[in-house]
Amino acid sequence: MATLATHPDCVPLVSYRFGKGATNIDKYIELQGYESARKALELGPDAIIAEMKTSNLRGRGGAGFPTGLKWSFVPRQAPKPKYVLVNGDESEPGTCKDRLIFEYDPHAVIEGVIIAALAIQAKMGFIYLRGEYRYLIEIMEKAVADAYAKGFLGKKIFGSDFDLDVVVQTGAGAYEVGEESALMESLEGKRGIPRIRPPFPAVVGLYGGPTIINNAETIATVPHIFRIGAGEYAKLGTERNGGTRLFCLSGHLERPGVYELPMGYNLKKMIYEVGGGIPNGKKLKAVVPGGSSTPVLLPEEIDIGMDFDQVGKAGSMLGSGGVVVLDETACMVEFALRTMKFYQHESCGWCIPCREGTDWLKKSLTRLHAGGGADKDIDNIRYLAENMLGRTFCPLGDAAAMPTIAFVKKFRKEFEDHLEGRGCPYHRTAEPEPALV
Amino acid sequence: MSTHPAQPGTIFSPDLAARFDRLVTLYPVKRSALVPMLLYAQDEIGYVSDAVVAEAAARLGITELDVRNVVSYYSLLRTKPAGKYHVQVCTNISCMLRGGNEILEHCKKKLGIPNKGVTPDGVFSLEEVECIGACSWAPAAQVNYAFHENLTPESMDQVLADYRAKAQNGSQKGGGK
Repeated sequence: MATLATHPDCVPLVSYRFGKGATNIDKYIELQGYESARKALELGPDAIIAEMKTSNLRGRGGAGFPTGLKWSFVPRQAPKPKYVLVNGDESEPGTCKDRLIFEYDPHAVIEGVIIAALAIQAKMGFIYLRGEYRYLIEIMEKAVADAYAKGFLGKKIFGSDFDLDVVVQTGAGAYEVGEESALMESLEGKRGIPRIRPPFPAVVGLYGGPTIINNAETIATVPHIFRIGAGEYAKLGTERNGGTRLFCLSGHLERPGVYELPMGYNLKKMIYEVGGGIPNGKKLKAVVPGGSSTPVLLPEEIDIGMDFDQVGKAGSMLGSGGVVVLDETACMVEFALRTMKFYQHESCGWCIPCREGTDWLKKSLTRLHAGGGADKDIDNIRYLAENMLGRTFCPLGDAAAMPTIAFVKKFRKEFEDHLEGRGCPYHRTAEPEPALV
Repeated sequence: MSTHPAQPGTIFSPDLAARFDRLVTLYPVKRSALVPMLLYAQDEIGYVSDAVVAEAAARLGITELDVRNVVSYYSLLRTKPAGKYHVQVCTNISCMLRGGNEILEHCKKKLGIPNKGVTPDGVFSLEEVECIGACSWAPAAQVNYAFHENLTPESMDQVLADYRAKAQNGSQKGGGK
């Protein structure tokens, strides 16, 4: 069952209403729901954005861009309509947090959209969920209908002069659509292919209008910032990293789960105390700290605070908050191959370094894992990955290259152990690739 | 029971046709309804058939080629029928570490079909899929849209047996949902 996990160190802020029946709009209102939207209506755009900047909230999708700053980039006057877009296309391997928000607190997403729309004076918002999350689309659609019925959406929301429409949209299976410009293409009824930037979405976004696009967790956090106050929210986290985060713990852990913890929480503690440590007395081998695209960390590198800056300093990224833990039985080559297989499958094929790079890397890693590799293959893998970095239209190329470079750099010996026909020392044999259909 | 009157000239049920009528009015540009329309159509028809492509194109005022270009991009959309219960086993990193590959192999053996195969009776189809967002409850699978998590080969057997029983009950009653 997909439910929130708890630990004494957890700070239930975004998850404050989880398990309290808040999918029901009356229950949501009883739990201080839609008070923040009313507050924001009185504050007006400038004060809303100022509060958002004070909160030090940074994007929870992966890049960690300051949300208030992002909102401030939207021009006040624009010839085309403005839009608010919620990215709920959660699909970074290791990440399963947005699911809980949609399931247990759908109105927080709607209220976040209202506040964002007030901040930039947008008249329309979209909540985009991945197609696999069908049961959540039904929950969200009901929540939106209930909010319309109460007059919180539609014409003259909360009795003000402000109109706002919100549409729940479904995807149909594509990691690439989690990329902001590809998501806009998908919402326009096209293949999810990234757009060339600049111009950035804040200026030219959905339907060519100024658009703010935020991750679902980011948007669902917004009402809580206005509920407790931006200063208080900022204080929960670390410097320049306000608040809390839903961390998704997975892999070789005694108690995997989604836990809400303060930004900057120690990674080692997260694994050994919150997650209960490694099962069966096994030793820790590696940690992927922020979803499959983030460079792997060694056991001696995990005594760090989990915020964007500290994980960055340690040579990786906080990413989407998906902490994947590997014990000593894991084969790093198999893990690198599975990661690359994913990016190869999800590459949209639009630009060559990503399309050809991921395919070539997958083939090299497949051969190497099966024992058919030569010494030069290891260097070639790294060389190929390094040549993808920064050379693609969207971050998918980087997302495939960055972890690969780290795997080779930090586990070279393990790659070498596979060479000269030896194959996998962990006796993990990959299935042959099924024919493409 | 349908809550909408039957519409002439549509391949969809009255409810779905009415839903599509409304869907296209929600957006500044009609074409934005395409991806959800195709997915909901597939849920009813079983796959994106030529007739689905034709009707989607007509409803949105775009060409069938425009529609096919989109269909080929999205991994959930298929142009051939799947089983009544489409078993999608995740083998991505978090699931792999906790036995996702073993669950997939188990399903292949149990159902007697390879990845992307359909059982001869049409009850099950099997597909290895990328991350379905169940990492903290791995290994996981989706059967149609229902999530099944923290799987073991034994609990997977139970999942399959439950759907098998559902399929049999359904056919005794002469169809059903």
